Amino acid sequence: MNGWFSNVNWADIAAATGDTLVMLAASLALTIVLGLPLGVLLYVTGKRQIGENRVFHGVLGVVINVLRSVPFIILLIVMIPLTVALVGTSLGVVGAILPLVVGAAPFYARLVEGALREVDRTTIEATQAMGATPLQIVTGTLIPEALPGLISGATVTAVALVSFTAMAGVVGAGGLGDLAIRFGYQRFQTDVMIVTVALLVLLVQAIQFAGDRLAAAFTHR
Amino acid sequence: MIDLIDIAKRFDGNGAPALDGVSLSVARGEVFGVIGPSGAGKSTLIRLINALERPTSGRVEIEGVDVMGLAPGGLRTLRRRIGMIFQNFGLLSSRTVAQNVAFPLKLAGIGAADRQARVATLLDRVGLTDHAAKYPAQLSGGQKQRVGIARALATGPDILLCDEATSALDPEATRSVLALLRQLNQELGLTIVLITHEMDVVRAVCDRVAVLERGQVVETGTVDAVFANARHPATRRMLAGLDA
Repeated sequence: MNGWFSNVNWADIAAATGDTLVMLAASLALTIVLGLPLGVLLYVTGKRQIGENRVFHGVLGVVINVLRSVPFIILLIVMIPLTVALVGTSLGVVGAILPLVVGAAPFYARLVEGALREVDRTTIEATQAMGATPLQIVTGTLIPEALPGLISGATVTAVALVSFTAMAGVVGAGGLGDLAIRFGYQRFQTDVMIVTVALLVLLVQAIQFAGDRLAAAFTHR
Repeated sequence: MIDLIDIAKRFDGNGAPALDGVSLSVARGEVFGVIGPSGAGKSTLIRLINALERPTSGRVEIEGVDVMGLAPGGLRTLRRRIGMIFQNFGLLSSRTVAQNVAFPLKLAGIGAADRQARVATLLDRVGLTDHAAKYPAQLSGGQKQRVGIARALATGPDILLCDEATSALDPEATRSVLALLRQLNQELGLTIVLITHEMDVVRAVCDRVAVLERGQVVETGTVDAVFANARHPATRRMLAGLDA
Protein backbone atom coordinates (compact mmCIF):
# COMPACT_ATOMS: atom_id res chain seq x y z
CA MET A 1 0.00 0.00 0.00
CA ASN A 2 1.58 3.24 -1.03
CA GLY A 3 -0.69 6.15 -0.19
CA TRP A 4 -4.37 6.76 -0.54
CA PHE A 5 -6.24 5.67 -3.66
CA SER A 6 -3.24 3.70 -4.95
CA ASN A 7 -5.51 0.84 -5.99
CA VAL A 8 -7.94 3.10 -7.76
CA ASN A 9 -7.80 2.88 -11.51
CA TRP A 10 -9.66 6.01 -12.56
CA ALA A 11 -10.23 4.75 -16.07
CA ASP A 12 -12.00 1.70 -14.62
CA ILE A 13 -14.05 3.96 -12.36
CA ALA A 14 -15.07 6.10 -15.32
CA ALA A 15 -16.04 3.05 -17.39
CA ALA A 16 -18.00 1.58 -14.46
CA THR A 17 -19.79 4.87 -13.92
CA GLY A 18 -20.73 4.92 -17.60
CA ASP A 19 -22.00 1.33 -17.42
CA THR A 20 -24.10 2.09 -14.35
CA LEU A 21 -25.61 5.18 -15.97
CA VAL A 22 -26.44 3.33 -19.21
CA MET A 23 -28.02 0.40 -17.35
CA LEU A 24 -29.95 2.77 -15.13
CA ALA A 25 -31.26 5.01 -17.92
CA ALA A 26 -32.25 2.17 -20.24
CA SER A 27 -33.81 -0.01 -17.55
CA LEU A 28 -35.66 2.91 -15.93
CA ALA A 29 -37.14 4.01 -19.27
CA LEU A 30 -38.29 0.47 -20.09
CA THR A 31 -39.54 -0.08 -16.54
CA ILE A 32 -41.79 2.96 -16.85
CA VAL A 33 -42.97 1.96 -20.33
CA LEU A 34 -43.93 -1.48 -19.00
CA GLY A 35 -44.85 -0.71 -15.39
CA LEU A 36 -47.14 2.25 -16.04
CA PRO A 37 -49.67 0.33 -18.20
CA LEU A 38 -49.49 -2.62 -15.80
CA GLY A 39 -50.21 -0.34 -12.84
CA VAL A 40 -53.08 1.32 -14.72
CA LEU A 41 -54.53 -2.11 -15.54
CA LEU A 42 -54.23 -3.18 -11.90
CA TYR A 43 -56.06 -0.04 -10.82
CA VAL A 44 -58.86 0.07 -13.39
CA THR A 45 -59.71 -3.61 -13.04
CA GLY A 46 -60.00 -3.28 -9.25
CA LYS A 47 -63.23 -3.36 -7.27
CA ARG A 48 -65.72 -0.59 -8.16
CA GLN A 49 -63.36 0.85 -10.78
CA ILE A 50 -64.11 1.77 -14.40
CA GLY A 51 -62.97 -1.57 -15.83
CA GLU A 52 -63.73 -3.88 -12.92
CA ASN A 53 -62.65 -7.43 -13.79
CA ARG A 54 -62.11 -9.69 -10.83
CA VAL A 55 -60.38 -12.54 -12.70
CA PHE A 56 -57.98 -10.33 -14.66
CA HIS A 57 -57.18 -8.26 -11.57
CA GLY A 58 -56.52 -11.38 -9.50
CA VAL A 59 -54.29 -13.07 -12.09
CA LEU A 60 -52.27 -9.91 -12.78
CA GLY A 61 -51.86 -9.34 -9.05
CA VAL A 62 -50.49 -12.85 -8.51
CA VAL A 63 -48.08 -12.59 -11.48
CA ILE A 64 -46.75 -9.30 -10.13
CA ASN A 65 -46.39 -10.68 -6.61
CA VAL A 66 -44.52 -13.74 -7.88
CA LEU A 67 -42.06 -11.58 -9.85
CA ARG A 68 -41.62 -9.29 -6.86
CA SER A 69 -40.87 -12.15 -4.49
CA VAL A 70 -38.00 -13.62 -6.54
CA PRO A 71 -34.69 -12.23 -5.21
CA PHE A 72 -33.03 -10.19 -7.96
CA ILE A 73 -29.85 -12.26 -7.94
CA ILE A 74 -31.95 -15.38 -8.71
CA LEU A 75 -33.92 -13.53 -11.36
CA LEU A 76 -30.68 -12.59 -13.11
CA ILE A 77 -29.75 -16.25 -13.47
CA VAL A 78 -33.21 -17.63 -14.20
CA MET A 79 -33.65 -15.07 -16.95
CA ILE A 80 -30.45 -16.01 -18.83
CA PRO A 81 -32.10 -18.25 -21.50
CA LEU A 82 -34.88 -15.71 -22.13
CA THR A 83 -32.38 -12.86 -22.32
CA VAL A 84 -30.30 -14.77 -24.87
CA ALA A 85 -33.41 -15.50 -26.93
CA LEU A 86 -34.58 -11.89 -26.88
CA VAL A 87 -31.44 -9.77 -27.11
CA GLY A 88 -28.85 -12.29 -28.34
CA THR A 89 -26.64 -12.25 -25.26
CA SER A 90 -27.00 -12.64 -21.53
CA LEU A 91 -23.71 -10.88 -20.89
CA GLY A 92 -22.64 -7.32 -20.25
CA VAL A 93 -24.69 -4.17 -19.94
CA VAL A 94 -27.08 -5.28 -22.70
CA GLY A 95 -27.65 -8.65 -21.02
CA ALA A 96 -28.45 -7.00 -17.69
CA ILE A 97 -31.14 -4.62 -18.92
CA LEU A 98 -33.89 -7.20 -19.45
CA PRO A 99 -33.59 -8.78 -15.97
CA LEU A 100 -33.41 -5.29 -14.46
CA VAL A 101 -36.69 -4.36 -16.17
CA VAL A 102 -38.38 -7.64 -15.19
CA GLY A 103 -37.26 -7.05 -11.62
CA ALA A 104 -38.31 -3.39 -11.43
CA ALA A 105 -41.46 -3.16 -13.60
CA PRO A 106 -43.71 -5.13 -11.19
CA PHE A 107 -42.42 -2.98 -8.34
CA TYR A 108 -43.20 0.21 -10.26
CA ALA A 109 -46.61 -1.18 -11.29
CA ARG A 110 -47.58 -1.45 -7.60
CA LEU A 111 -46.38 2.11 -6.97
CA VAL A 112 -48.45 3.29 -9.96
CA GLU A 113 -51.52 1.50 -8.59
CA GLY A 114 -50.99 3.22 -5.25
CA ALA A 115 -50.56 6.65 -6.85
CA LEU A 116 -53.76 6.21 -8.90
CA ARG A 117 -55.70 5.26 -5.76
CA GLU A 118 -54.89 8.71 -4.40
CA VAL A 119 -56.79 10.40 -7.25
CA ASP A 120 -60.00 12.01 -5.97
CA ARG A 121 -62.87 9.69 -6.94
CA THR A 122 -65.13 12.59 -7.78
CA THR A 123 -62.80 13.72 -10.58
CA ILE A 124 -63.11 10.28 -12.18
CA GLU A 125 -66.89 10.34 -11.82
CA ALA A 126 -67.00 13.87 -13.22
CA THR A 127 -64.97 12.75 -16.24
CA GLN A 128 -67.30 9.78 -16.79
CA ALA A 129 -70.27 12.12 -16.54
CA MET A 130 -68.75 14.23 -19.35
CA GLY A 131 -69.06 11.27 -21.68
CA ALA A 132 -65.39 10.27 -21.67
CA THR A 133 -64.26 6.90 -23.01
CA PRO A 134 -62.31 4.69 -20.60
CA LEU A 135 -59.08 5.56 -22.44
CA GLN A 136 -59.88 9.28 -22.14
CA ILE A 137 -60.44 8.84 -18.40
CA VAL A 138 -57.02 7.20 -18.07
CA THR A 139 -55.07 9.65 -20.22
CA GLY A 140 -57.06 12.81 -19.46
CA THR A 141 -57.78 12.47 -15.76
CA LEU A 142 -56.09 9.56 -13.98
CA ILE A 143 -52.53 10.01 -15.22
CA PRO A 144 -52.39 13.85 -15.10
CA GLU A 145 -53.98 13.90 -11.63
CA ALA A 146 -51.60 11.22 -10.33
CA LEU A 147 -48.51 12.65 -12.05
CA PRO A 148 -46.65 13.84 -8.92
CA GLY A 149 -47.18 10.39 -7.36
CA LEU A 150 -46.12 8.64 -10.57
CA ILE A 151 -42.91 10.70 -10.63
CA SER A 152 -42.19 9.97 -6.95
CA GLY A 153 -42.72 6.27 -7.68
CA ALA A 154 -40.32 6.44 -10.61
CA THR A 155 -37.76 8.09 -8.32
CA VAL A 156 -38.06 5.30 -5.74
CA THR A 157 -37.79 2.75 -8.56
CA ALA A 158 -34.68 4.44 -9.99
CA VAL A 159 -32.97 4.26 -6.62
CA ALA A 160 -33.91 0.57 -6.30
CA LEU A 161 -32.49 0.01 -9.79
CA VAL A 162 -29.16 1.52 -8.67
CA SER A 163 -28.79 -1.25 -6.09
CA PHE A 164 -30.05 -3.87 -8.57
CA THR A 165 -27.28 -2.86 -11.00
CA ALA A 166 -24.71 -3.68 -8.29
CA MET A 167 -25.71 -7.33 -8.66
CA ALA A 168 -25.61 -7.23 -12.43
CA GLY A 169 -21.87 -8.00 -12.19
CA VAL A 170 -22.97 -11.65 -11.94
CA VAL A 171 -23.66 -11.57 -15.67
CA GLY A 172 -20.57 -9.45 -16.32
CA ALA A 173 -22.42 -6.20 -16.69
CA GLY A 174 -19.88 -4.16 -14.78
CA GLY A 175 -20.87 -0.92 -13.17
CA LEU A 176 -19.96 0.75 -9.90
CA GLY A 177 -21.58 -1.80 -7.63
CA ASP A 178 -19.71 -4.60 -9.37
CA LEU A 179 -16.43 -2.74 -8.87
CA ALA A 180 -17.22 -2.28 -5.17
CA ILE A 181 -17.89 -5.99 -4.73
CA ARG A 182 -15.01 -7.40 -6.79
CA PHE A 183 -12.24 -4.97 -5.81
CA GLY A 184 -13.42 -3.19 -2.70
CA TYR A 185 -14.84 -6.21 -0.91
CA GLN A 186 -13.27 -9.37 -2.33
CA ARG A 187 -9.75 -7.92 -2.71
CA PHE A 188 -9.86 -5.75 0.39
CA GLN A 189 -9.17 -2.57 -1.63
CA THR A 190 -10.83 -0.20 0.79
CA ASP A 191 -10.00 2.85 -1.32
CA VAL A 192 -11.87 1.42 -4.34
CA MET A 193 -14.77 0.64 -2.05
CA ILE A 194 -14.86 4.21 -0.75
CA VAL A 195 -14.70 5.80 -4.20
CA THR A 196 -17.38 3.57 -5.74
CA VAL A 197 -19.73 3.84 -2.79
CA ALA A 198 -19.27 7.61 -2.69
CA LEU A 199 -20.19 7.81 -6.38
CA LEU A 200 -23.27 5.64 -5.76
CA VAL A 201 -24.30 7.91 -2.89
CA LEU A 202 -23.90 10.94 -5.17
CA LEU A 203 -25.96 9.21 -7.87
CA VAL A 204 -28.79 8.38 -5.47
CA GLN A 205 -28.77 11.93 -4.09
CA ALA A 206 -28.95 13.34 -7.62
CA ILE A 207 -31.85 11.02 -8.56
CA GLN A 208 -33.81 11.92 -5.43
CA PHE A 209 -33.19 15.64 -5.86
CA ALA A 210 -34.26 15.61 -9.52
CA GLY A 211 -37.31 13.45 -8.77
CA ASP A 212 -38.48 15.70 -5.95
CA ARG A 213 -38.06 18.83 -8.07
CA LEU A 214 -39.94 17.29 -10.98
CA ALA A 215 -42.80 16.07 -8.76
CA ALA A 216 -43.10 19.51 -7.16
CA ALA A 217 -43.27 21.16 -10.58
CA PHE A 218 -46.38 19.14 -11.40
CA THR A 219 -48.10 19.63 -8.04
CA HIS A 220 -50.87 22.23 -8.00
CA ARG A 221 -52.66 21.26 -4.80
CA MET B 1 -88.30 14.53 -19.62
CA ILE B 2 -86.67 12.27 -17.00
CA ASP B 3 -88.60 9.22 -15.84
CA LEU B 4 -87.51 6.79 -13.17
CA ILE B 5 -89.82 3.80 -13.29
CA ASP B 6 -90.06 1.41 -10.34
CA ILE B 7 -86.34 1.50 -9.59
CA ALA B 8 -84.67 -0.85 -7.16
CA LYS B 9 -80.96 -0.79 -6.46
CA ARG B 10 -79.06 -3.23 -4.29
CA PHE B 11 -75.34 -3.16 -3.66
CA ASP B 12 -73.90 -6.64 -3.37
CA GLY B 13 -73.43 -7.85 0.15
CA ASN B 14 -75.72 -5.23 1.64
CA GLY B 15 -78.98 -6.38 3.17
CA ALA B 16 -81.26 -3.36 2.73
CA PRO B 17 -81.65 -2.01 -0.82
CA ALA B 18 -80.36 1.53 -1.45
CA LEU B 19 -83.48 2.25 -3.50
CA ASP B 20 -86.72 0.32 -3.29
CA GLY B 21 -89.54 0.89 -5.77
CA VAL B 22 -88.76 4.50 -6.66
CA SER B 23 -90.76 6.19 -9.42
CA LEU B 24 -90.29 9.85 -10.31
CA SER B 25 -91.01 12.14 -13.25
CA VAL B 26 -89.16 15.36 -13.92
CA ALA B 27 -90.68 17.75 -16.45
CA ARG B 28 -88.65 19.78 -18.96
CA GLY B 29 -87.56 23.16 -17.58
CA GLU B 30 -88.31 22.52 -13.93
CA VAL B 31 -86.03 22.52 -10.92
CA PHE B 32 -86.68 19.26 -9.13
CA GLY B 33 -85.32 18.62 -5.66
CA VAL B 34 -84.81 15.30 -3.90
CA ILE B 35 -84.40 15.75 -0.18
CA GLY B 36 -83.65 13.21 2.49
CA PRO B 37 -81.34 12.38 5.35
CA SER B 38 -77.92 10.93 4.62
CA GLY B 39 -78.14 7.27 3.70
CA ALA B 40 -81.60 7.69 2.17
CA GLY B 41 -80.33 6.80 -1.31
CA LYS B 42 -80.14 10.30 -2.84
CA SER B 43 -76.67 9.91 -4.32
CA THR B 44 -77.57 6.60 -5.89
CA LEU B 45 -80.78 8.06 -7.28
CA ILE B 46 -79.18 11.03 -9.05
CA ARG B 47 -76.42 8.79 -10.50
CA LEU B 48 -79.03 6.62 -12.18
CA ILE B 49 -80.00 9.51 -14.46
CA ASN B 50 -76.63 9.60 -16.25
CA ALA B 51 -75.98 5.90 -15.67
CA LEU B 52 -73.06 6.34 -13.28
CA GLU B 53 -75.09 3.74 -11.35
CA ARG B 54 -77.18 0.98 -12.90
CA PRO B 55 -80.46 -0.07 -11.30
CA THR B 56 -80.92 -3.67 -10.17
CA SER B 57 -84.43 -3.47 -11.62
CA GLY B 58 -86.66 -0.80 -13.14
CA ARG B 59 -86.09 1.65 -15.99
CA VAL B 60 -84.55 5.09 -16.44
CA GLU B 61 -85.84 7.03 -19.45
CA ILE B 62 -84.65 10.34 -20.84
CA GLU B 63 -87.21 11.68 -23.30
CA GLY B 64 -88.54 8.15 -23.62
CA VAL B 65 -85.15 6.58 -24.35
CA ASP B 66 -84.18 3.72 -22.07
CA VAL B 67 -80.77 4.73 -20.70
CA MET B 68 -79.78 1.16 -19.83
CA GLY B 69 -80.49 0.03 -23.39
CA LEU B 70 -77.90 2.41 -24.88
CA ALA B 71 -74.63 1.15 -26.36
CA PRO B 72 -71.48 2.72 -24.85
CA GLY B 73 -71.27 5.27 -27.70
CA GLY B 74 -74.90 6.26 -27.30
CA LEU B 75 -74.48 6.61 -23.56
CA ARG B 76 -71.49 8.93 -24.03
CA THR B 77 -73.54 11.10 -26.41
CA LEU B 78 -76.35 11.22 -23.87
CA ARG B 79 -73.96 12.17 -21.07
CA ARG B 80 -72.84 15.23 -23.04
CA ARG B 81 -76.45 16.42 -22.81
CA ILE B 82 -76.45 15.97 -19.03
CA GLY B 83 -74.15 18.20 -17.00
CA MET B 84 -73.27 17.28 -13.43
CA ILE B 85 -71.84 19.14 -10.44
CA PHE B 86 -70.62 17.64 -7.17
CA GLN B 87 -70.35 18.41 -3.47
CA ASN B 88 -66.55 18.15 -3.67
CA PHE B 89 -66.50 19.83 -7.09
CA GLY B 90 -64.48 17.10 -8.84
CA LEU B 91 -62.22 19.64 -10.52
CA LEU B 92 -58.91 18.44 -11.92
CA SER B 93 -56.18 19.84 -9.69
CA SER B 94 -53.64 19.44 -12.50
CA ARG B 95 -55.53 21.83 -14.82
CA THR B 96 -56.23 25.53 -14.64
CA VAL B 97 -59.74 26.93 -14.42
CA ALA B 98 -59.85 27.48 -18.19
CA GLN B 99 -58.45 24.01 -18.88
CA ASN B 100 -61.03 22.44 -16.55
CA VAL B 101 -63.87 24.13 -18.41
CA ALA B 102 -62.32 23.19 -21.76
CA PHE B 103 -61.89 19.53 -20.76
CA PRO B 104 -65.35 18.23 -21.72
CA LEU B 105 -65.05 20.07 -25.04
CA LYS B 106 -61.70 18.44 -25.66
CA LEU B 107 -63.20 15.03 -24.86
CA ALA B 108 -65.97 15.75 -27.35
CA GLY B 109 -63.34 16.44 -30.05
CA ILE B 110 -63.97 20.18 -30.41
CA GLY B 111 -61.07 22.15 -31.92
CA ALA B 112 -58.82 24.46 -29.93
CA ALA B 113 -60.13 27.74 -31.38
CA ASP B 114 -63.78 26.85 -30.74
CA ARG B 115 -62.89 25.61 -27.27
CA GLN B 116 -61.21 28.87 -26.38
CA ALA B 117 -64.16 30.97 -27.48
CA ARG B 118 -66.64 28.76 -25.66
CA VAL B 119 -64.57 28.75 -22.45
CA ALA B 120 -64.41 32.56 -22.49
CA THR B 121 -68.21 32.77 -22.79
CA LEU B 122 -68.74 30.24 -20.00
CA LEU B 123 -66.28 31.87 -17.59
CA ASP B 124 -67.94 35.22 -18.25
CA ARG B 125 -71.33 33.65 -17.52
CA VAL B 126 -70.21 32.40 -14.07
CA GLY B 127 -68.19 35.54 -13.34
CA LEU B 128 -64.71 33.96 -13.27
CA THR B 129 -63.02 35.55 -16.28
CA ASP B 130 -60.27 36.99 -14.07
CA HIS B 131 -59.46 33.57 -12.62
CA ALA B 132 -59.01 31.66 -15.89
CA ALA B 133 -55.30 30.97 -15.39
CA LYS B 134 -55.53 29.94 -11.72
CA TYR B 135 -55.51 26.39 -10.43
CA PRO B 136 -58.52 25.14 -8.43
CA ALA B 137 -56.42 25.06 -5.22
CA GLN B 138 -56.19 28.87 -5.44
CA LEU B 139 -59.97 29.37 -5.41
CA SER B 140 -62.62 29.60 -2.67
CA GLY B 141 -65.32 26.92 -2.41
CA GLY B 142 -67.92 29.11 -4.09
CA GLN B 143 -65.55 29.88 -6.96
CA LYS B 144 -64.73 26.20 -7.36
CA GLN B 145 -68.40 25.34 -7.69
CA ARG B 146 -68.80 28.08 -10.29
CA VAL B 147 -66.00 26.43 -12.27
CA GLY B 148 -67.88 23.15 -11.82
CA ILE B 149 -71.02 24.76 -13.23
CA ALA B 150 -69.18 26.31 -16.19
CA ARG B 151 -67.63 22.92 -16.93
CA ALA B 152 -70.98 21.15 -16.64
CA LEU B 153 -72.50 23.62 -19.12
CA ALA B 154 -69.63 23.38 -21.63
CA THR B 155 -71.21 20.85 -23.96
CA GLY B 156 -74.54 22.71 -23.93
CA PRO B 157 -76.60 20.21 -21.92
CA ASP B 158 -80.34 20.54 -21.34
CA ILE B 159 -80.21 18.73 -18.00
CA LEU B 160 -78.06 19.62 -14.99
CA LEU B 161 -77.60 17.21 -12.09
CA CYS B 162 -76.53 18.72 -8.77
CA ASP B 163 -75.16 16.28 -6.19
CA GLU B 164 -75.23 18.16 -2.85
CA ALA B 165 -73.73 21.04 -4.81
CA THR B 166 -73.87 23.57 -1.97
CA SER B 167 -73.25 21.29 1.03
CA ALA B 168 -69.56 22.16 1.23
CA LEU B 169 -70.18 25.92 0.91
CA ASP B 170 -70.71 28.69 3.43
CA PRO B 171 -74.15 30.37 3.54
CA GLU B 172 -73.18 33.27 1.31
CA ALA B 173 -71.56 31.10 -1.37
CA THR B 174 -74.59 28.81 -1.14
CA ARG B 175 -76.93 31.71 -1.85
CA SER B 176 -74.91 32.92 -4.81
CA VAL B 177 -74.56 29.43 -6.35
CA LEU B 178 -78.30 28.79 -5.92
CA ALA B 179 -79.08 32.16 -7.51
CA LEU B 180 -76.87 31.21 -10.45
CA LEU B 181 -78.67 27.87 -10.83
CA ARG B 182 -82.03 29.64 -10.79
CA GLN B 183 -80.80 32.09 -13.41
CA LEU B 184 -79.54 29.28 -15.66
CA ASN B 185 -82.85 27.51 -15.31
CA GLN B 186 -84.76 30.61 -16.38
CA GLU B 187 -82.44 31.89 -19.10
CA LEU B 188 -81.41 28.62 -20.72
CA GLY B 189 -84.49 26.58 -19.87
CA LEU B 190 -82.16 24.11 -18.16
CA THR B 191 -83.88 21.21 -16.41
CA ILE B 192 -82.25 20.82 -13.00
CA VAL B 193 -82.34 17.83 -10.66
CA LEU B 194 -80.71 18.45 -7.32
CA ILE B 195 -80.28 16.34 -4.23
CA THR B 196 -79.75 17.87 -0.83
CA HIS B 197 -80.31 17.31 2.85
CA GLU B 198 -81.08 20.99 3.40
CA MET B 199 -84.64 22.28 3.34
CA ASP B 200 -83.30 25.80 2.72
CA VAL B 201 -81.91 24.73 -0.64
CA VAL B 202 -85.21 23.22 -1.72
CA ARG B 203 -87.11 26.30 -0.59
CA ALA B 204 -84.71 28.63 -2.43
CA VAL B 205 -84.69 27.07 -5.90
CA CYS B 206 -86.97 24.09 -6.38
CA ASP B 207 -90.33 23.98 -8.16
CA ARG B 208 -91.15 20.48 -7.01
CA VAL B 209 -89.65 18.19 -4.40
CA ALA B 210 -89.57 14.51 -3.54
CA VAL B 211 -88.83 13.35 -0.02
CA LEU B 212 -86.68 10.22 0.10
CA GLU B 213 -86.36 8.04 3.15
CA ARG B 214 -84.69 4.64 3.40
CA GLY B 215 -84.74 4.17 -0.35
CA GLN B 216 -88.38 5.09 -0.83
CA VAL B 217 -90.15 8.25 -2.01
CA VAL B 218 -92.51 9.10 0.83
CA GLU B 219 -93.88 12.38 -0.50
CA THR B 220 -93.85 14.33 -3.79
CA GLY B 221 -95.36 17.64 -4.80
CA THR B 222 -94.78 21.32 -5.33
CA VAL B 223 -92.49 22.84 -2.74
CA ASP B 224 -95.30 24.99 -1.35
CA ALA B 225 -97.69 22.07 -0.98
CA VAL B 226 -95.17 19.74 0.62
CA PHE B 227 -93.95 22.39 3.03
CA ALA B 228 -97.39 23.74 3.92
CA ASN B 229 -98.93 20.41 4.86
CA ALA B 230 -96.29 17.79 5.31
CA ARG B 231 -98.03 14.46 5.71
CA HIS B 232 -95.15 12.08 6.23
CA PRO B 233 -93.22 12.01 9.53
CA ALA B 234 -89.90 12.15 7.62
CA THR B 235 -90.90 15.45 6.02
CA ARG B 236 -92.07 16.84 9.35
CA ARG B 237 -88.81 15.83 10.98
CA MET B 238 -86.83 17.65 8.33
CA LEU B 239 -88.99 20.74 8.64
CA ALA B 240 -88.59 20.65 12.40
CA GLY B 241 -84.82 20.37 11.98
CA LEU B 242 -84.93 23.50 9.86
CA ASP B 243 -86.72 25.50 12.52
CA ALA B 244 -84.51 24.26 15.33
